[in-house]
Amino acid sequence: MKYVIGFGRFWYDFIVGDSMMLAVGGTGVLVVGALLVHAGMLTAAEIALPLTVVATLASSLVTRP
Amino acid sequence: MSATLLVITATLLASAVEAVEALTIVLAVGLTHGWRTALLGVAAGSVALAVVVIALGPALVDVMPLEDLQVLIGVLLLIFGLQWLRKAIQRASGRRAMHDEEAIFRAEIAALGRVADPMKSDLDWTGFVVSFKGVFLEGLEVAFIVLTFGANRNNAFGPAALGAVLAFVVVSAIGVVVHRPLARVPENSIKFVVGLLLVAFGTFWGGEGIGVEWTLGDAMIPVLAVLYLAAALALIATLRRIPPVRTSAERAAP
Repeated sequence: MKYVIGFGRFWYDFIVGDSMMLAVGGTGVLVVGALLVHAGMLTAAEIALPLTVVATLASSLVTRP
Repeated sequence: MSATLLVITATLLASAVEAVEALTIVLAVGLTHGWRTALLGVAAGSVALAVVVIALGPALVDVMPLEDLQVLIGVLLLIFGLQWLRKAIQRASGRRAMHDEEAIFRAEIAALGRVADPMKSDLDWTGFVVSFKGVFLEGLEVAFIVLTFGANRNNAFGPAALGAVLAFVVVSAIGVVVHRPLARVPENSIKFVVGLLLVAFGTFWGGEGIGVEWTLGDAMIPVLAVLYLAAALALIATLRRIPPVRTSAERAAP
């Protein structure tokens, strides 16, 4: 059991670290992009991806370390 | 070509950071529990790491369709890169303490509890486990980066592994010579650059995976890196100007 918990904790630290916002935001960036691609808005997706990345990073910095 | 160079740069720098952290732990074990124990831990950690890489690497490429792999890799690189970039920005703007290998080294020595004869030859289980974990866990982060780069493009395993191997050889050689933690390595600057590259690659590959057709092709990767550099520098400048957000508990305190 100890090893299972340790394994889970390693992956939690690896993916989430000290900012849940980045884990959610990093995934959300591609979800937004996929929705735009699905709607046929390819140029908008190309522009939206980097902008949502920057927005995610900026938002995560507002919260305390 | 530029993408290959960026892959080598990213894995070399990321591996150097993790290798320095692993070296600090191994040195602490070597000085307190003997070099035989420390080096056996390094050997066992390296073998375990190699097994994981060999088992997971081909499986990733063979089992998953390229588009799904690109999305998975894109998400992981984005999250991982953003974590590094966030920490680097916080440190550069004074909102997080700088990474101090000397302090970590002293803490490891204290945690290991005693200073023994470093030349002693009998194996110490505690020291072995600490050394093993240091190499395996720090190495796993590097393996993750190498695997994601390598799995995404058939020809990227070589450059990605080359960067990692170069970093470990250089850091290990320096460690053998100085026998002290590498406190002068500009870790925050390296993490800043690696974070930028990981996020740029993550955006590019993740975008390709979901069907984005980048107008500039591979040349978009350095463009994205420069864009993120500009944004990160602006965020550092902004954070230096505005006071940190205080929690309600801090505001209530006298």
